[in-house]
Amino acid sequence: MFDDLRDLYQEVILDHGRRPRHGSRLAAYDASAKGDNPMCGDRVQVFVRHDEGGRIAEAGFEARGCAISVASADLMAETVAGRTDDEVRELAGRFRDMARTGEAAGEDAAIERLRPLAGVHEYPSRVKCATLPWHALLAALDGKGEASSE
Amino acid sequence: MNVTTRPALLDIAAIRDEFPILRQTIRGKQLVYLDSAASAQKPRAVIAAMVQAMESQYANVHRGLHWMSERTTDAYEGTRDAVARLLNARDRREIVFTRNSTEAINLVAHSFGRSVLRPGQAVLISAMEHHSNLVPWQMLRDAHDIELRVAPVTGAGELDMAGLETLLTDGRVGLVAITHMSNVLGTCTPAERIAALAHAHGARVLFDGSQAIVHRRIDVQALDADFYVFTGHKLYGPTGIGVLWARHELLEAMPPFLGGGDMISSVTWERSTWAEVPHKFEAGTPAIIEAIGLSAAIGFVESIGYDAIAAHEARLTDHALARLSAIEGVHVLGRAQDRGGVVSFTLDRAHAHDVATLLDRQGIAVRAGHHCAEPLMRRFGVDSTARASFGVYTTHEEIDALADTLARVREFFA
Ligand SMILES: Cc1ncc(COP(=O)(O)O)c(C=O)c1O
Repeated sequence: MFDDLRDLYQEVILDHGRRPRHGSRLAAYDASAKGDNPMCGDRVQVFVRHDEGGRIAEAGFEARGCAISVASADLMAETVAGRTDDEVRELAGRFRDMARTGEAAGEDAAIERLRPLAGVHEYPSRVKCATLPWHALLAALDGKGEASSE
Repeated sequence: MNVTTRPALLDIAAIRDEFPILRQTIRGKQLVYLDSAASAQKPRAVIAAMVQAMESQYANVHRGLHWMSERTTDAYEGTRDAVARLLNARDRREIVFTRNSTEAINLVAHSFGRSVLRPGQAVLISAMEHHSNLVPWQMLRDAHDIELRVAPVTGAGELDMAGLETLLTDGRVGLVAITHMSNVLGTCTPAERIAALAHAHGARVLFDGSQAIVHRRIDVQALDADFYVFTGHKLYGPTGIGVLWARHELLEAMPPFLGGGDMISSVTWERSTWAEVPHKFEAGTPAIIEAIGLSAAIGFVESIGYDAIAAHEARLTDHALARLSAIEGVHVLGRAQDRGGVVSFTLDRAHAHDVATLLDRQGIAVRAGHHCAEPLMRRFGVDSTARASFGVYTTHEEIDALADTLARVREFFA
């Protein structure tokens, strides 16, 4: 019945949406921010810990939201580990373009890991579900407590 | 709703024929529109009345001395008569046109709230209000030192009448503002009893009839209400037109809300005097075409009749509750005795947005989210729900389609 929805709800997304690996507050973190989607009530808080070299050692989140937003937060937390803030900002830009258009620049491992979320571009009301965790992450890296909505 | 003698079934096929949009297909699937509580679809009569007004007689109201303006003024003022009859108002001057329920409530909060209510008094709402009957009172509280009290809701989703009365006993409540039917739980509140309690404790009472008026006949005199508000677009009418009904003496005592054209009697540099009620509250060019559309919507509803509408929706709601509760993992919010055609539910292991997206792919339109009632969501310990809501054109088959599809949605997220 829902065959055409498999582009949106790929197995990876259902799996990470149901059992997020990084879905908890970090015991120690040096950056954090909240993201809010007042239209639908989705809410996410992102936590980040950097290592001495300034790379992200670990990211985690607490989320209240749909399968798409939780899976997106989880895949984000997974892909940003080991990267610098600038690398994350660059990746976030490409991810946002992908969520909106379905196309992503580059074929590096990071964007490939996020590619299962490209299907949201066909569901305009759900694009924000996928991008909300990234807004929160960027706000955390910029030292802002709250992500500003688009 | 309790219907003891059930009138004959509506001729649903004929009614559906009046709604051109219901023939739409969505991605090749027949549209199943179960979001009427957010906004109802429009019958041909409403569409035609608005087009006809624009094609044959359109002009501004209350100012032109020419034929077109006179015709349009008659039609606009005719809607006031139609609304007065619909609500059984004593006097047509008790009908004030606004943009929607939200503006009607804001009008009362600004005008009555800042002049008749005194700092130190309280406004009493309930825990199942739409944000539009909550935020204006919070704003009044913060600007004017008015306390805001919230009457509790029981686990069944009914108004806790004992709790309500307790909050009235110190006599400081100046206004009770409560929904007549919840847009989330479907609960109809006992308006007569609420009004009697409010009056016994010296308070005025406002009912948010945005949902109730779609499902039942409203008689503001029988309710003994002081204010009653509703919004046209949920009653099969256009957007942009709503109604505030208030007792004439209250409108007389209240200062204007917005200033401008149409609401004055005379203007000099020093001062202005106000037009008569209700024009004092209708500043600027009103929603003329929309008022004409509302008249047609009222005519449409009256031609079917509230008894038949209520009976039809009671059957649909019973059917929906039976079918949805039979699906494992589906939980319906609220089980009020007296309720209208709105059913909110959650599905284990699936977020309401995901449920709505899957249903949408089958052409089934439901609402998902907090339904502009975040505090109520928290009361029931959920972030969001999916909501199916019914109108005169809703069929049993559509509810079956919802239930059958939900069973598949459950498997998808299992
Ligand atoms: C109970 C209730 N009150 C108020 C409103 C607000 O209606 P409107 O947005 O037309 O002002 C709604 C509809 O959303 C409602 O369901």
